[in-house]
Amino acid sequence: MPEYTLKIRRYTPETGEAAYWEDFTVDLDGHRSVLDGILQAKDRFDGSIGIRCSCRAAICGSCGVRINGRPGLACHMHLEEAAKRAGDGKIIVEPMGNMPVLKDLIVDMDAVHWKKMRRVTPWLLPDGEPPEREYVVPKESMVDITQTMACIQCGACVSDCLSMEVDPEFIGPAALAKAYRFVGDPRDGQQFERLKDLSEDPHGIYDCTHCFNCIEACPKGVAPMSQIMRLRRISGGDHHIEDRNNGYRHEKAFVKNIEKNGILMEADLLPDSYGGKFHPRAVPELVGSLPVVLTALRRGKVTLKKALIPHKLEGQKSVKKIFDTVHDRDERYELNLYISGTDEEPEHGSERTDSGEDGAAAGTTTAQGSPSSSPPERSPNS
Amino acid sequence: MPAHDVLIIGAGLAGQRAALAAAGEGATVAIMSKVHPVRSHSNAAAGGINAALNPDDSWESHAYDTVKGSDYLGDQDAIEIMCREAPDEVLQLEHWGVTFHRNDEGLLGTRAFGGASAARTYYVADITGQALLHVLYEQLMKFHEQIDRYEEWFVTSLLTDDAGNCTGALARNIRDGSIEVFNAKNTILASGGAGQCFKPTTNALICTGDGIAQAYRIGAPLMDMEMIQYHPTTLAGNGILITEGARGEGAHLYNAKGERFMEKYAPNKLELASRDVVSRAEQTEINEGRGFPDGTVALDITKVPRKRTLEALREIVNIGRDFAGVDITREPIHIKPGCHYIMGGVKTDVDGATPIPGLYAAGEVACVSVHGGNRLGANSLLDTLIFGKRSGVHAAHRARTMAMPNASHSRVDDERASIDAIIRRESGGRRISEIKDELGEMMNDKVAVFRDQAGLTEALDIVRRLKEEATGAAVDDRGTVFNQDVLGAIELGYMLDVAETIVMGALERKESRGAQFRLDFPKRNDEEWLKHINIARNGGDEPSISYSPVTMTQWEPQERTY
Repeated sequence: MPEYTLKIRRYTPETGEAAYWEDFTVDLDGHRSVLDGILQAKDRFDGSIGIRCSCRAAICGSCGVRINGRPGLACHMHLEEAAKRAGDGKIIVEPMGNMPVLKDLIVDMDAVHWKKMRRVTPWLLPDGEPPEREYVVPKESMVDITQTMACIQCGACVSDCLSMEVDPEFIGPAALAKAYRFVGDPRDGQQFERLKDLSEDPHGIYDCTHCFNCIEACPKGVAPMSQIMRLRRISGGDHHIEDRNNGYRHEKAFVKNIEKNGILMEADLLPDSYGGKFHPRAVPELVGSLPVVLTALRRGKVTLKKALIPHKLEGQKSVKKIFDTVHDRDERYELNLYISGTDEEPEHGSERTDSGEDGAAAGTTTAQGSPSSSPPERSPNS
Repeated sequence: MPAHDVLIIGAGLAGQRAALAAAGEGATVAIMSKVHPVRSHSNAAAGGINAALNPDDSWESHAYDTVKGSDYLGDQDAIEIMCREAPDEVLQLEHWGVTFHRNDEGLLGTRAFGGASAARTYYVADITGQALLHVLYEQLMKFHEQIDRYEEWFVTSLLTDDAGNCTGALARNIRDGSIEVFNAKNTILASGGAGQCFKPTTNALICTGDGIAQAYRIGAPLMDMEMIQYHPTTLAGNGILITEGARGEGAHLYNAKGERFMEKYAPNKLELASRDVVSRAEQTEINEGRGFPDGTVALDITKVPRKRTLEALREIVNIGRDFAGVDITREPIHIKPGCHYIMGGVKTDVDGATPIPGLYAAGEVACVSVHGGNRLGANSLLDTLIFGKRSGVHAAHRARTMAMPNASHSRVDDERASIDAIIRRESGGRRISEIKDELGEMMNDKVAVFRDQAGLTEALDIVRRLKEEATGAAVDDRGTVFNQDVLGAIELGYMLDVAETIVMGALERKESRGAQFRLDFPKRNDEEWLKHINIARNGGDEPSISYSPVTMTQWEPQERTY
């Protein structure tokens, strides 16, 4: 059996001492999980190593940790793979971030994750009495929100959310993905109210900075950031909810800016975000933004020339074409794991055999996959 | 001291459903679990939930399939209740927000499942259990004012008064190690099964038979304990489950010679025969040398259109990739029968009441019995919900008729002392993990798909030796915060009690029925053994065996073929 060294972050609250590192060497097949490694260390050497775990199959969401600095489930990472990614060969295992550590690898999810979950009114609020039988809803709508139902509440996305690091009050990726599960559910009667609430909250959907960390972190393909962007598109695009925090207008301004110039024109972006140069709020808001502008200038994020002199991207017409194509569509295409992204490959032999003898495709199950007539593709991330 | 009309131990589907039902009846409710509720093992029920909801289907057909699946050991009155109430329960779940698969008309759609004469399994991709569990937890959060949640509390024992009534439980707060009495007019056990008595198993690490052992220790009888379901499709090394939904969607089983061997064993239903039949067929192929060198046969999911697999079996695509390195949409995956479910458990009536007044049980911890000798796929979610609900309602009604019991505080001191004694044990004994591994591997060797007198007798000796050794197994953790080590020691005790009754039941039943196949008694024997085996302590420490009749309503035992 190959040997692996796990370098585990330990913390024993009763001692009052600081956290420390401890190495354990385990021998297991390389395709066994980091959790198996930790459990072997616990079984053989030290039963006091603390880690929540249960299913061992990436479905219960208990064993969220950081492995070599990246969040994920300990049961979902092979030892071999983890060792390859480890800097000095030692697999580093530490508790998730953004949540207080209770002991060793165990964090306080109630204080952060579940508190935020409760913030989004996480239960269905249908209008009126339920029907006698089931709600009749489009097939694809259920498949669509099944992507967010696939969330196992492991907290990996919360662990590495950059916005939450800066603004601990940010509702965050997991809870906002949960919010989409209701906004996208045709049985829910509070779509507008939910969106307005999440737009108006300064720690709501416009607090996300689009860093993709949560998408990388999620072991279940929930893609929380995509769900947040969908909430924004529905809120702004369909319901025209203009939040007090300028999230909606900023986004609009950004899109308009790119459509026009192909590249960011900062001098327009700021005033447009506040409703245009002549909007009564523009001047005070601009003055308020001055420190940010000055810092950006000092750090070279923008130059005076770039910021003030009109400029366009070379080949801006191609950018415009992308906008035109998107505008011409009747419906937005949204990326969903359960529907798209993995189309039939007709050249592969086994696909054709959707033939009659396949007795098990009983009842109503022979789905043809994609709900929209054309293959869905990545939606415009405005 | 917390006091409630209804205390629910375990927060999987049965527990959460019981909590919602009891709160709906106006009772004060507490729900307690050693893990956060959404970590519960109900998550693992992938394939779906059965209900005769389709107008072309009937509850009688569902009930008959269940009776036949149980090898006629299921109690037919209970099965009738479960199948009759199933359609309304599925609709209730749908109204609460479960994202059930729809057909093209937007109505609830079904998939086929093993042992069923109609496609009556309602599902959410292959995460049905997870979807149900999370939606019920949404409701639990919604009704937070009516339902007190005690998340990450570990029950160490049930409380009884002098008259033998159950009056609540003692529990340890895992977060800080404190012990508290939970006074309750009624206690509902909903803490799941005991798969960890076997290794490997599809069951999660938390499935250590806690509730079964806790009830047994206060004198409640356990029923049908010998009936352990081996699921036909589990991964060889780690026991991870491949859902029956795969075969429901059309996957085939092949031996190493490329033969679709189910043609021999179940010419009509083939891969969709009941689980005991398919598992025995696989094990026979493997034992007779027609398996692969790793002791497996092959499950070929490439028969299912790839797109359909990716939409409806997404989770096992991931499992194949992550835990076996196989792309199941491209190539067969090697599987074997693995310990999955315990049909037996704490004996209850159709309202979940046990013979101990004030104690109820629902879900896998219980034995009503609706599964008898073999549970049909997609009937376990149904069982948890129907009997979870019924026990919640019944317990709430019973609470109206009585005063809050007074628990004795001395028990807290006793309990604290016994936990302290575990923590202070001298090192030197065997490690807890060693004992647990020996138990699991032994059970999987001697108390598995095929059993015989010699193996079972040996198994009983080993369990009893391990019980002895377990009392001296040392723990490393001396702390109070998340001392999982000391909980592991207590769980080991639970598992050994449960394992002992499993082996005793298997030794006692001298016939082959459902999941119990005795090589030395290979035939079903209705004359002598169409009855339940009950095991109880009856006051002392020694278990004793008794029998109870199987309730028959309209289906006479017949020869069982698929």
